Amino acid sequence: MTGGAKPVWSAGLILAAIAAVCTALVALTFSVTKERIVANEQAWLEQSLKPALAGIVYDNNLIESVLSIPLPHELPGNEPVLVYRALLENKPVAALFVVTAVDGFSGPIRLLVGIDFDGIGTATRVLRHHETPGLGDFIDSAKSDWIDQFEDKSLSNPDRLLWALGRDGGEFDQVTGASITSRAVVKAIKQTLLYFEANRESIFADK
Amino acid sequence: MNTTGMQSIRKALWDENPGLVQLLGLCPLLAVTSTFVNGLGLGIATIVVMTFSNMLVSSTRMWLRAEIRIPTYVLIIASLVTCMELLFEAFFPALDRSLGIFIPLIVTNCAILARAESFASKNRVVPSIIDGIGMGLGFGLLLCAIGAFREFVGHGTVLSRLDLLFGGGPVGGLAILDSPFLLAILPPGAFFSLALAVAGKNVVDRRRKRAAGFRLSI
Repeated sequence: MTGGAKPVWSAGLILAAIAAVCTALVALTFSVTKERIVANEQAWLEQSLKPALAGIVYDNNLIESVLSIPLPHELPGNEPVLVYRALLENKPVAALFVVTAVDGFSGPIRLLVGIDFDGIGTATRVLRHHETPGLGDFIDSAKSDWIDQFEDKSLSNPDRLLWALGRDGGEFDQVTGASITSRAVVKAIKQTLLYFEANRESIFADK
Repeated sequence: MNTTGMQSIRKALWDENPGLVQLLGLCPLLAVTSTFVNGLGLGIATIVVMTFSNMLVSSTRMWLRAEIRIPTYVLIIASLVTCMELLFEAFFPALDRSLGIFIPLIVTNCAILARAESFASKNRVVPSIIDGIGMGLGFGLLLCAIGAFREFVGHGTVLSRLDLLFGGGPVGGLAILDSPFLLAILPPGAFFSLALAVAGKNVVDRRRKRAAGFRLSI
């Protein structure tokens, strides 16, 4: 390390050079890994579809039944939403929405929300999240069964006005110390149910 | 490994343990150690990042200037963590789903910055790598110990949910206590557990000193 007498601008230049090198490294890693990450996420999503439909009988190929809902839409998240549709003898039985809750505590929470044709939730699974381990990661079904409380729930059970956390005057359990995370998930599921209620026919229109 | 290597590992594990003695990295330490498997996850991620950050800081130390060294360390550590996160996501998707959430926590771990500043910036590459492994291991073992203790007292189980890291079906772990003491897994429990660990270390050190003193006087 050298010190002292050298002018400040040269330190600034060195720092800028280091920042440029670091940014280049991150950009390079990103471009090298990008495709694999997308492929991994897609594989994980397809792997999660079947368990999210537990208890529903269907006979079509879920992966081929995908529908992309472009922006703007009233679903949670700022990107196009994928919907996988389950059919039995060409009649719709359920839909799986891949939505993003954007108001999580640390970054977006990607959810797979299953809804049967009558608007009753089948199962919700967290595909990806960045919540704090040990604090906000209870939403992951591998860590706790918190997310299971939405199974068999619909907009009339409980009433849509009660679709909120207990502390917000609703019916659902929150986890102490992580109400932002819980609230984001409840809100995203409710919004998806509302969208399904309003757009059910058009979702299955081409089937 | 030569004797200085062994000595520096010993120092990192006990005499200068980043968690027990330097009390660094408390934010992830206290937040994550509610179970053994969480502690192990963060421990592994910390060892990897600390080793690589020490290596990078040490190998670029001749270009560093005193007045910009801290921003430089922060840049190096943050880029390293970001790259690691991307590589994990791309090449180890299963591991990423279990360890991935720990990786951003490492950026906030000042134990890593402290090693960059106090060791890697003044030493050659190989000793810096050894120091990174040792300090990471010291921190990781403490995380595991506190995690295991809190899980045992708070949940009454031992080694539950190891499947989160190693795959396979859900592992319930051994249920030992019937009526666990819930406080242990709540935030105050984290402080109590760390305090007990620090106190325990001091007791052992004092006993040793006294024993050594006896031997001298005889």
